[in-house]
Amino acid sequence: MITVVKRPEPSRAFSLAAPLLAVLATMVFGGLLFALLGKDPLAAIVTIFWEPLFGEFAFFYRPQLLIKGAPLVLIAIGLSLGFKAGIWNIGAEGQYIMGALFGAGAGLAFYPAESIFILPLMVLAGAFGGWIWAMIPAVLKVKFGTNEILVSLMLVYVAEQFLASMSLGLLKNPEGFGFPGSRNLQQYPSAHNAELIAGTGMHWGVVAAMIAVIFAYVLLARHRLGFAIRVTGQAPRAAAFAGVRPARLVLFCLGMSGLLAGLAGMFEVSGPAGQVTIDFNVGYGFTAIIVAFLGRLHPVGILLAGLLMALTYIGGDIAQSKLGLPAAAIQVFQGMLLFFLLAFDLFTNYRLRLGRTEVA
Amino acid sequence: MDLSAINPILFVASFFVAATPLIFAATGELVVEKSGVLNLGVEGMMIMGAICGFATAVESGSPLLGFAAAAAGGAALSLLFAFLTQVMLANQVASGLALTLFGLGFSALLGQSYVGVKPPRMADLDFGPLSDIPVLGPVFFSHDLIVYLGLGLVVVVWAVLKFTRAGLTLRAVGENHDAAHALGFKVKRMRTLAIMFGGACAGLGGAYISLIRVPQWTEGMTAGVGWIALALVVFASWRPFRVLLGAYLFGGLVQLQLNLQGAGVAIPVEYLAMSPYVFTIVVLVFLSRSRSSAPGSLGRIFHASS
Repeated sequence: MITVVKRPEPSRAFSLAAPLLAVLATMVFGGLLFALLGKDPLAAIVTIFWEPLFGEFAFFYRPQLLIKGAPLVLIAIGLSLGFKAGIWNIGAEGQYIMGALFGAGAGLAFYPAESIFILPLMVLAGAFGGWIWAMIPAVLKVKFGTNEILVSLMLVYVAEQFLASMSLGLLKNPEGFGFPGSRNLQQYPSAHNAELIAGTGMHWGVVAAMIAVIFAYVLLARHRLGFAIRVTGQAPRAAAFAGVRPARLVLFCLGMSGLLAGLAGMFEVSGPAGQVTIDFNVGYGFTAIIVAFLGRLHPVGILLAGLLMALTYIGGDIAQSKLGLPAAAIQVFQGMLLFFLLAFDLFTNYRLRLGRTEVA
Repeated sequence: MDLSAINPILFVASFFVAATPLIFAATGELVVEKSGVLNLGVEGMMIMGAICGFATAVESGSPLLGFAAAAAGGAALSLLFAFLTQVMLANQVASGLALTLFGLGFSALLGQSYVGVKPPRMADLDFGPLSDIPVLGPVFFSHDLIVYLGLGLVVVVWAVLKFTRAGLTLRAVGENHDAAHALGFKVKRMRTLAIMFGGACAGLGGAYISLIRVPQWTEGMTAGVGWIALALVVFASWRPFRVLLGAYLFGGLVQLQLNLQGAGVAIPVEYLAMSPYVFTIVVLVFLSRSRSSAPGSLGRIFHASS
């Protein structure tokens, strides 16, 4: 008989090992899935994890790692602050969209004027867009005790409709021959979030993601607010005695995650994506949830997890064109990763004991 | 704008069709939450049910077989959630999200070859002369079997929770799992069964969308109905008949919005389409004050030694 016994202290070793085990298990079961789909599992795994980094066209794919990783890390850092404190913002996708709309809108308002102030203004507008969208669930939770999970999620669907309305209406390119979608910001130098070093994929969003990692690290390790976040997540009652004000924490965590998601959206729309279109969002806001958990809600972990997730996106694209692996397969693959991680996490807080059950 | 294009009788009759997916999913989730488990994977289980039901109905030619497969598919996916939260003691919020993300991906994978296929039609029940009664006939007696099954489900769940020993045990487990455990109830077994029931119901709700309401298969076609069902349980303060009421309210709103789109109201389509979600938020705000009716152990991890 195997029994599960709670550890007095969470195991650090297992906390670090769980993500690695989860990745391994996902590779095995993902391989099985690919085999069921009639693909060579080994070739598929190699294509996803090896090809983008060291394959023949790695020079093309490596920059993509930064381009796809930056929004994931940026959003996940914000989410992790809330998740740590038991505040669940799962509407990052909506905040990402609103950030992109506000950012692009601010830039396009000045078209075709050229000024070095336009991009910084767009950054502010994007951050504001994400922040204000996240403040809706935050304020409702603080004022009325409304469930932030449901409200933030509902707002994703509202944002998606708003995006459709904007790309067909207000932000539509007047010279676009009637096609939906805004002007291409890549052709508007003042509003273009261009590569800082050509051919590296390094744009302002990547810089922002790095700053966010450092900021979150310092906040959690050194700042009083970081302490409040950690203690609220681990022992809400103790947090109350320590003088933590839950309402302020909710406003901060949701606001911060919205702000970062908005930034991610703004950097994406003004850089790699280029324009506001109906299907501009590709689910980074949801994948970032996996990134946050896979990175153990720790800033450095999230950085690594974000890069890994970016790798599966790129590898998935390659596998799609080379092996004909369906696009949905990679989504399943990412979902599986979260499953295994949550399962293996048992061993962080509990250990197994073989033998007969004791009578308490 | 041409409001006269809306036939009031057909409009009211369509409430039932729009509400049925919500009734199934929300009633299932209500039972799960009554047992003290918060499963945020409703959307994922619904979409799994939608594709399992659709594929089976297309292959076999029988919509009823499709619905059976949908229930099985939803329950199978919910078993993953049960394993994570009851055996591996994982966080329920995270596990539910994982279930939704996985379900959306997996259903898209399964459904690749079914895009654009037409499912077999489900016949409406034959009530004989009853359906010929003016107004009442088309509104109440012109639907398919599943609509009435949904109504029956609510009644059965209400009765079981209120009057049977099993219902009492389920509620005890949900209110205080430590006390229930001390009394010798099998907390984990009860919860696993509740989770599977919720999965099966969500699956049926999903299949209703893909087989009858739409009827075809597209990726992510449940479009947040699972999340609205979750909100509906809060709206209903965990009472089955209020779920019914809420589902008709939402169903009515969705139909109204669709009808207004069809009638060409001056409001842009996108703003009409976002109205059910906005309405959900507004309702949540008004009802959040009565949270005290939530089951006591909702969302808490149960471990016998602690």
